[in-house]
Amino acid sequence: MYIIIVGGGRVGYYLTKALLDEGHEVLIVEKNATICETIDDEMGSVCFRGDGCEAATLAEIGTGRADMLIAVTGDDEDNLVACQVAKHKFNVPRTIARVRNPRNETLFGKLGVDVTVSSTNIILEHIEEEVPTHPLTHLLTIRDRGLEIVEIKIPIGSTKVGKTVREFSLPKGSTLFLLLRKQQKPIIPKANTILQAEDRIIAVTTPESEEALRTALTGI
Amino acid sequence: MKVVIMGCGRVGAQLASLLDREGHKVTILDTDAYSFRRLSSDFNGTALLGNGIDQEALKRAGIEEADAFLALTQGDNRNVMAAQIAKHLFNVPRAICRIYDPLRQELYSTLKLEAFSPTTIFAQMLKEKLIG
Repeated sequence: MYIIIVGGGRVGYYLTKALLDEGHEVLIVEKNATICETIDDEMGSVCFRGDGCEAATLAEIGTGRADMLIAVTGDDEDNLVACQVAKHKFNVPRTIARVRNPRNETLFGKLGVDVTVSSTNIILEHIEEEVPTHPLTHLLTIRDRGLEIVEIKIPIGSTKVGKTVREFSLPKGSTLFLLLRKQQKPIIPKANTILQAEDRIIAVTTPESEEALRTALTGI
Repeated sequence: MKVVIMGCGRVGAQLASLLDREGHKVTILDTDAYSFRRLSSDFNGTALLGNGIDQEALKRAGIEEADAFLALTQGDNRNVMAAQIAKHLFNVPRAICRIYDPLRQELYSTLKLEAFSPTTIFAQMLKEKLIG
């Protein structure tokens, strides 16, 4: 595949390395001459000096035949414009943008960017997992279905301990599908399963009913 | 008319003052408070510190009730993004942006954004002055 990467910062650098290793044809577009030289010295001629948001630059590097354009500069607006120019002027089939402000994810989708990756959200989710007092953590987002898989820890002293699954009023669109209990094999929760403190429940839910699900299971 | 302007540079500040004098309700946004010095001393509108590509800042500026939004910062991409937020997320009836790069301006015009390139306009004007 011919892949164009806009932005030769740290993300662009390591991404290029990984994609070259997989045997793809990769070209980085980077404004800064020094960064360009460093990359070229190390990886061969893979860096083009120019502005990846400019149609003239993208024409020069043959964007018309690119299979994918990935914009990973540090500025959301530059990533948006690079993707839009690639999509609308050069009909690139797949455009991917990195976003810094998590709120831009939906906006970019609306404006025609095929995939957005929010580095901020990814970091937040991983930190969330490590905060022991946090009862709900996001494990996975199934974007095209608007679903997410979450883990909920039942806190010690919760009013829900000792109750059966049947007694919980689970919000619409939420299903509990796995229960992890200390020193036991994973169980599939049934209506008569009794909840214990420190149980970890894996559930499918929607972003809208996430909070209701947490309250239903933990009382918080 | 209620107008939100992003970027209090020379053009933004002057436009804000002109509209304000005609009795329109103007809010001007800039990320640097020092830029507000450019507003005329009789400016009665609102000067607000904030970034126009941030949806929260736009809401604070009253974008939801605005009749028009103008993106006039130095950054083409910032202007393009802000104008698209105004048009597609907040359904502002008129979203106008300045794009220096003529090629980008052409592209966004075909994408139904009201985009003006001062580069093209000024070059054309100078040519006409010289040759007619």
